[in-house]
Amino acid sequence: MFGEFEAFLSILTFVPAIGALVIALFRFTARPEDQALIDRNSRLVAWVATMVTLVLSIILVANFDRETAGFQFVHEIEWLAEIGMGYRLGVDGISVLFVLLTAGLMPLCIMASGAIEKRVADYMIAFLLLETLVIGVFCALDLVVFYIFFEGGLIPMFIIIGVWGGQNRVYAAFKFFLYTLLGSVLMLVAMVYMFLQSGTTDITALLDYEFARNAQMWMWLAFFASFAVKMPMWPVHTWLPDAHVQAPTAGSVILAGVLLKLGGYGFLRFSIPMFPEASDYFAPLVFALSIIAIIYTSLVAFRQTDIKKLIAYSSVAHMGFVTMGLFAMNETGVQGAIFQMISHGVISGALFLCVGVIYDRMHTREIAFYGGLVHRMPAYAAIFALFTMANVGLPGTSGFIGEIMTMVGAFQVSWWIATGAAAGVILSAMYMLTMYRDVVFGEMTNPKLETITDLNRMEWAIFIPLIIMTLWLGVSSTVVTDITAASVDNLITNYNAALPAPAQ
Amino acid sequence: MTADMLSQDLTLLIPEILLACGAMALLMLGVFLKGEGANRLVQWLTVGLLAVAGLAALFAMTGEGTAFSGGFIFDSLARFSKVAIGIVAAIAMLLAMPYLQAEKLGKMEYPILVALAAAGMMMMVSANDLISMYMAIELQSLALYVLAAFNRDSLRASEAGLKYFVLGALSSGLLLYGASLVYGFAGATGFNEIAIAVESGPTVGLIFGLVFVICGLAFKVSAAPFHMWTPDVYEGAPTPVTAFFATAPKFAAMILLARVLVEPFGGMVEQWRDVIWILAVLSMGIGAFGALTQTNIKRLMAYSSIANMGYALVAVAAASQTGMWALLVYMVLYMISVIGSFGAILSMRTREGMVEQISDLAGVAQRNPGLGWSITALMFSIGGLPFMVGFFGKFFLIYAAVESGLLILAVLAVLFSVVGAAYYLRVVKTVWFDEGEVEFVPAALSIYWVTRLAGLATVALLPVVGWVVYRAVSVGLTVL
Repeated sequence: MFGEFEAFLSILTFVPAIGALVIALFRFTARPEDQALIDRNSRLVAWVATMVTLVLSIILVANFDRETAGFQFVHEIEWLAEIGMGYRLGVDGISVLFVLLTAGLMPLCIMASGAIEKRVADYMIAFLLLETLVIGVFCALDLVVFYIFFEGGLIPMFIIIGVWGGQNRVYAAFKFFLYTLLGSVLMLVAMVYMFLQSGTTDITALLDYEFARNAQMWMWLAFFASFAVKMPMWPVHTWLPDAHVQAPTAGSVILAGVLLKLGGYGFLRFSIPMFPEASDYFAPLVFALSIIAIIYTSLVAFRQTDIKKLIAYSSVAHMGFVTMGLFAMNETGVQGAIFQMISHGVISGALFLCVGVIYDRMHTREIAFYGGLVHRMPAYAAIFALFTMANVGLPGTSGFIGEIMTMVGAFQVSWWIATGAAAGVILSAMYMLTMYRDVVFGEMTNPKLETITDLNRMEWAIFIPLIIMTLWLGVSSTVVTDITAASVDNLITNYNAALPAPAQ
Repeated sequence: MTADMLSQDLTLLIPEILLACGAMALLMLGVFLKGEGANRLVQWLTVGLLAVAGLAALFAMTGEGTAFSGGFIFDSLARFSKVAIGIVAAIAMLLAMPYLQAEKLGKMEYPILVALAAAGMMMMVSANDLISMYMAIELQSLALYVLAAFNRDSLRASEAGLKYFVLGALSSGLLLYGASLVYGFAGATGFNEIAIAVESGPTVGLIFGLVFVICGLAFKVSAAPFHMWTPDVYEGAPTPVTAFFATAPKFAAMILLARVLVEPFGGMVEQWRDVIWILAVLSMGIGAFGALTQTNIKRLMAYSSIANMGYALVAVAAASQTGMWALLVYMVLYMISVIGSFGAILSMRTREGMVEQISDLAGVAQRNPGLGWSITALMFSIGGLPFMVGFFGKFFLIYAAVESGLLILAVLAVLFSVVGAAYYLRVVKTVWFDEGEVEFVPAALSIYWVTRLAGLATVALLPVVGWVVYRAVSVGLTVL
């Protein structure tokens, strides 16, 4: 019923921005003495706006036609048509779930921001803008629109890290911004080149356009510069631990849960279908970097003393599975990579929220500070255990399915890639369980912990949907794969068709 | 020349005539009606005069063509530029009024000089002959020299005025020398005749002359390595004068440079493209790295303008229709952001007077959210980051550069824009992350609204940008 309603996707995308506008209007026009009131109400406005977005995106997924590989809910407005550009939005099987993931995590982030006390209205404006921009990235069907959303997201995130972050927040915010910007500007030049070659910025048209092999190589590298930083892949991952550690809890959740997916989504939307020959050529490079990322960052994670940093490094390792699966270029690998991204979005988001729970109470993230939490916080210990296990990839949780699918996909390409990845699974158990043991079990030796309280109602409300999603995806993977199947199938067929036939 | 032809010629000069006669009438008005009230009146009338002159170019002019035996041209490029110059000069004048009053500089000569400078700029974008080009530049420059030193009791302002004058005179000399060489080797001063001479093959003399002309104009747009005067003049001159310097004169000089290169010397693209290439890279580099360590916001804006002129030169180097309209779009969007930024700088007034250090902005987002968000949007827009309109300026000129095969220049441009982002971020960081106590007094209405509206425009214009582009595209197509 909503399929005929053209502007549906645009409305979904811009609902959070409208919420931000509402808050901004009150914020800028109010007298100074009313600011406290506005701060209070802005939480409510933000929550309502994100919930409306969530409802709309559930409607989107429910009305999504799983049988077709093409773009649906397409909304086009003539814009800069004189030179071949346009405002175009649309979703296919690859992007629709990311929209849902973003919309699903956002209300939780707003709820988890209770500890934010200063400049709440600005905080909410930044978060709502960020949501619009991220959803816009997944919906954009035009190069320029994509780039605007893709880069625009840096601005609110920069402010979120820099204003509400930890001790070293300025350094982290600058590093985050400049690192990702440097990668992206090269992509911009490649986009301009694509535009000039093909005469259009329409992504659907570009998917059918065949670029010359030599040009593909350069453009693939330029896009890789951007997506590899966003992913992040080894060795350009170093901005991530800094950004994660300094960001406020909700900022970390969005960073790990959604922003890291932009890189993987970019590979799926641009690098692989538009530059198939270059993707084929560079696949070994991606595999090598993925395996290094999985093993190296797992080892680095093992040595961390800060819980958030540990989870940040573990995110880099898990993103290694995604890149490995994507470039395995078979149905299992790509499906697994998408699944892994969705699953990691839920699990890492939940893990950062778990850290946030104790950070809000004790204002430290040092592993050594904690110990024996299970005695005072049994419910928390149980929930933390569930997400720790999910991150390790325990069967029955969503983490397992993503990892096993990407590994099976990689195995079909080469057994040593899969072996390297399997080593990463073992290492992840090592660092996660060690951390969990040190934080939750043992004797409670730190006297400061004696007053720590278990989860409150708000925290329960945040964790329950995440628990349900982790377990549901863990036992019923077809929820995701059914939606993505048609588009992934189409992607791989086109990819194989574009490659020159192998010499017999 | 018959009376009929003369009147036909004069209809092509309506904006300039309006401005010149208006400025003289206002001068008389100011002289005979002495007093503070008269100064205010002259200021307001000048704002109106500038806006009317700009709008006259848009609405009152029907015909296009050349006047005075080809020395003056009114085409779509000139029309577009005159509208932009008139409106921006009017906004700059609006910004100046509360400042002049507060600093006791509210003399009636200020608005007259602005009007005369604007008349010079409008003639610059219509110059179609070496002589009219030089005359227009001098009219504009002489008014600006005086404006730079307008606060004559301030040592720094006098120094700025003198520096600007000496270096400006040097550049005029270079320009004139180049023009005389061109005249000598082409045998004519008219751009059309020079174009014909260039078609028959560039001679060494012509190349020599052209390089000097480019150097002279590079001074005016403050492209590196002819940028040395910019930071000192920007810092020393009264802030509203700096706001004016950073916008309309830069625009006019850039359009003139583009016209000179594309029209009379269009046949020598191979020769001048390398020169512009080097100027562009040096400007972007020096502007980006020079700004990193600045602590004074006006000096920061000076380096930022050097860098941004470098970007504009990228579009000139493209030497194509796309390059022309990319240049127009870029300059218009740039001026919107810059005029807003200077509105923000003019809002930096404490009870003791104006402050100019970046660190004085610490924590503004907290105490004055409207100003804080505006500065954020404006800085990101000048830096060319999406989703501000400034992004489109950069995007189109990169598009033009890649189209003309200048891939290395395009890559260098985006890389320097990352360096540039670092210092715009530094301002945003000061506004948002730092804690500070500097209390600003409430800004005057005109400053308040110019800042807010420009800040809003950098975001809200995003959907409208198509219209600007459309106008610019049609201009770019008719020029070549």
